[in-house]
This record gives sequence, structure tokens and C-alpha cells, in this order.
Amino acid sequence: MISFETLVFYVFSAMLVASGVLVITLRNPVHAVLSLVLAFFSSAGLWLLLEAEFLAIALVLVYVGAVMVLFLFVVMMLDVNIAAVREGFARYLPVAAMFAVLMGVSLLLVVGPAHFGTAQVAPPPRAAADVINTEQLGLALFNQFVLPLEIAAVLLLVAIIAAIGLTLRTSRQTKAPKPELQVRVRREDRVRLVKMDAEKSV
Amino acid sequence: MLSLSHYLIVGAALFCLSVAGIFINRKNVIVLLMCIELMLLAVNMNFIAFSHFNQDIAGQVFVFFILTVAAAESAIGLAILVVLFRNRNSINVEDLDAMKG
Repeated sequence: MISFETLVFYVFSAMLVASGVLVITLRNPVHAVLSLVLAFFSSAGLWLLLEAEFLAIALVLVYVGAVMVLFLFVVMMLDVNIAAVREGFARYLPVAAMFAVLMGVSLLLVVGPAHFGTAQVAPPPRAAADVINTEQLGLALFNQFVLPLEIAAVLLLVAIIAAIGLTLRTSRQTKAPKPELQVRVRREDRVRLVKMDAEKSV
Repeated sequence: MLSLSHYLIVGAALFCLSVAGIFINRKNVIVLLMCIELMLLAVNMNFIAFSHFNQDIAGQVFVFFILTVAAAESAIGLAILVVLFRNRNSINVEDLDAMKG
């Protein structure tokens, strides 16, 4: 009889691995993005099991809510010729499978139960109900890691500016007034005083 | 009883899957970006597992920063992708040979 916790772990990790397989094999990029969303959801479930509640919710809100929606936007906006992009899929499949299996076996030898089992790394007791993960993370972020936090904020700002700068395209047909030219205008540009003699009455 | 190696094996499986994905989808830039996201997710899984089993919050702080960097990376990557598609009308990696690399 396996415990409920173990059952939850196996369900979420099976979902995670299955959706990972779907991400790399699905033909339609929109379906691939949707299965990537499923992968993020199931790993958020696993993170909840590991008592990282804040990051699990942040993964769902920030990642699924913002980054994956951005992916979906781009995939749907670009009219991609799927057949041309997919050629070579079957050709590289054996090499990829061989490489993945080789790497998986070697990783398994390192991280397997022989080195990181319950005997080597004892599972910690469950945190008490009044331990707040968000508070702990916030205290660590704003005391010990405050400089990296600032750098991360600057990094996000740079990313915003770079993304806008890359994709912004001003139209040449725009009729919008240019404020810098309006400010610089002089009186002579707009008004011309013409001196002429008054006409004689007939 | 769940041990640390359970979580590490899930992370390793996810990492191998994304490496295989980079191999078999080497023409499609969008799927390459998605495979990188999957790879970062596998790394984050390891960080959180170690953070829990060592009872050290610093691992979660690292995951926080990795999420930040990954979000910035995918935003810029997708922006580059959009500009690329505008100019070349294709997202095939092999069409990107303007620099003769």
C-alpha cells in the first residue's frame, strides 16, 4: 500500500514526463505549447509536494499566465509552414533517442537511489502548519539576496526595452505630429510679413 | 517514502527529453525555445528538491532568479523570432546563414 503522497508524486511525474514527450514530438506548435503548459502545471504540483508553495504558484501565474501566453501569441501570429519545418524529424530521431538514453543512463547512475536514497539523504520532517514559505523566501530575498534582486529587476527592464526595441516598427505613413519639430519652430517659419505700398485710390 | 533521488530522476528524465527534443526539432526555432524552457524547468526541479531535502531556502531563491532570467530570455528570443519571420518569412534554422557561420 503506497501512501497518498507517493501516489500524488507518481501521478504528477507521469504527467510531467508524458507532456514533455508531447512537447518534443507534436506536429502542431500550438499543441506543443499547450502540452508545455501541462508540463508547467504538473511540475507546480511536484513543487507543492516539496513545500515550495510560493514558487509553485509563481510558476503557474507568471509562467503559464505570461510567458506561455506570449509563446502562444507568437506561434499563432506567425504563419509557419509546418511541413517544411518538420522535415528531417525521422532522420534525427534514432540519434536523438540514442543520445537521450545514453545521457539518461549516465544521469541515473549518479542520481539514483544508491547515492541520493532515503538512507543517504534523510527526508526532512514536514513543516509545521504555521511556517509560511512566502515569508521565509521574502526574508531571504530582502536580507541576504537583496543585491541580486535589484540586478534581476534591472535585467527585466533591459529585457522589456530590448523586446520593444526589436519589434517596434513605426509606420512611414503616420500623420502624427512630431513634437520636437513643433517646439523648434520659429516665427519666421510660419508668418511672413510682406511690406508693400498702399494702393492709390482711383 | 519519497527520497531525494525520486525528484532528481524526474528532473534528469525531463532534461534528457529536452536534449532529445533539441536534436529532433533542429529546424524549428519555436520548438527549440520550448525545449530550452523545459530544460530550465528540469534544473529548477533539482534546485527545489535539494532545497527541501537540505532545509535551505537559498535553493528556492535561486529558482526565483532562474525564472526571472528564463522569462527575460524567452521574451527576447520571441522578439528576435518575430523580427526574423518578418524579414525572412521563415523560422527554419538553416535559412539563417546571412553571417556564413
